Amino acid sequence: MIKNQYILGIETSCDETAASIVKNGHEIISNVVASQIESHKRFGGVVPEIASRHHVEQITMVIEEALKQANMSPKDLDAVAVTEGPGLVGALLIGINAAKAFAFANSLPLVGVHHIAGHIYANALVQPMEFPLLALVVSGGHTELVLMKEDGQFELIGETRDDAAGEAYDKVARVLNLPYPGGPHIDRLANDSDSAVSFPRAWLEEGSYDFSFSGLKSAVINYQHNAEQRGEEINPNHLAAGFQESVIEVLTAKTLRAAREFNVKQVIAAGGVAANKGLRKSLEDTFEKENIPFYVPPISLCTDNAAMIAAAGDSKFSAGKTSDMSMNGRPGMELNSWK
Amino acid sequence: MIWLGIDTSHTPLAVAVVKDDQVLASYQSSLKITHSIGAMPAIEELLKKADIKPGEIDAIAVAIGPGSYTGVRIGVTIGKTLAWTLNIPIVSVSSLQVLASNAPYFPGVVCAIMDARRGNVFAGIYTNGEVVKEAHMSLVELLETVDEMGQPVLFVGMDVSIHWEQIKEVLGDKVERANAAFSLPSAAVLIELAKKLKPTEVHTTVPEYLRITEAEANWMKEQKTNDN
Ligand SMILES: [Zn+2]
Repeated sequence: MIKNQYILGIETSCDETAASIVKNGHEIISNVVASQIESHKRFGGVVPEIASRHHVEQITMVIEEALKQANMSPKDLDAVAVTEGPGLVGALLIGINAAKAFAFANSLPLVGVHHIAGHIYANALVQPMEFPLLALVVSGGHTELVLMKEDGQFELIGETRDDAAGEAYDKVARVLNLPYPGGPHIDRLANDSDSAVSFPRAWLEEGSYDFSFSGLKSAVINYQHNAEQRGEEINPNHLAAGFQESVIEVLTAKTLRAAREFNVKQVIAAGGVAANKGLRKSLEDTFEKENIPFYVPPISLCTDNAAMIAAAGDSKFSAGKTSDMSMNGRPGMELNSWK
Repeated sequence: MIWLGIDTSHTPLAVAVVKDDQVLASYQSSLKITHSIGAMPAIEELLKKADIKPGEIDAIAVAIGPGSYTGVRIGVTIGKTLAWTLNIPIVSVSSLQVLASNAPYFPGVVCAIMDARRGNVFAGIYTNGEVVKEAHMSLVELLETVDEMGQPVLFVGMDVSIHWEQIKEVLGDKVERANAAFSLPSAAVLIELAKKLKPTEVHTTVPEYLRITEAEANWMKEQKTNDN
């Protein structure tokens, strides 16, 4: 009989303090997220020092709640997985040191997890991952195309050269005076629009899977600026729709080309921006036509959470990879394979 | 009764295990190793050498700040997580008082400082082990305050050397500084202080920063300007 494996996941890389228990890498037993979004709103973005302060306030309560909701005690666990990087270093350190102290006190192995690996493994919580697999990871901090030839193997085939997609959304939202975080507002404005301003697409050099959003962002700012100088009102719907169309067209086209080139069995989207309705629909339609299964986890698993860290931690732990008590936060950590 | 003490509030790292009235093991360093790398391994090693299992610890003493924001948070996070999961009390002690208590028999004013940049310090002023003041203030203001107390003054802390010339200039013959052996926090001293204090509620135990964040300060300034 195969023994069940229970992993406690802890995530504090940005502005969510989260803990979760996952069984055998795919079944969520509990999933607790304490969001700080309200606290950062007035600053128009995440303030690292304030994020770190909130993590210390929340961390033990969040872990306790995850155990309580799972009706489990530390001795029922097999390992502790924690986000090692990338992220805000001061924020990462809270989860890491809590994980270390918890693992030490309860004689549990410790597993350091890459945040993006976590986002990708969020999909394992919804349906089994099949390889080769292509993941489009889009969030406030990331825009990456990752090829996985098998479980625990990552190949970064494309990434943003400047802003992350989510960052571009937030900046354009500021141009339109929309509240933080701006992504959902732009998505809503764009979906309600009957027309779209035409903005450039950043394809970069031929064959590249990289992305760039700073040119598009500048084009949007210029457009608004010019309208202002002419004393014209801009239509926020048209502007949002034009911006979103440009982002989505590039993301979809490059994901499709990579899916074909690497002959993948599954395409998944992950990260906070994967919750974007426009992007979701475009990818769904495209891959339905292409006859490649495409999945996006539910929104609660797209945004930062600890279940995804536990799921990735389960795979890494099963591959025999653990960390020791000297684990440090790695804000610029690279996505390495564990198999 | 076994105590584990942790102080990571500044550059130095201090960890100790005390059993009843005996300091079983104590570690101190001023090496610039980030506490995230150094603190847990030091705790692990100390307990192992003392042949004590985590489950045998009866109480945690932690230096609560002020100090380096990130540094304080690491010690407090480790301390509160251990206390919570081991279901034992946690006692928080002012990081400045830990430093000042390196000189318990000094007849006069003991002043512990940590540099806070731009001419500012975190300062604790004590007489006979009692707190007179603990605050984030300018060095100038601190020196004025202790000068007015009209007593001999002893400065403690590894950052004293940064400001020693200015301190000496203002306080003259009245002032002395603790030697190198007493300039680092001791977790054994921390535990002795903790023994006299009441535990805090573990979940709500958070660092004592003694200063709001820059973002909040700017935000409040903005609100005021908008109101005018
Ligand atoms: Zn994320």
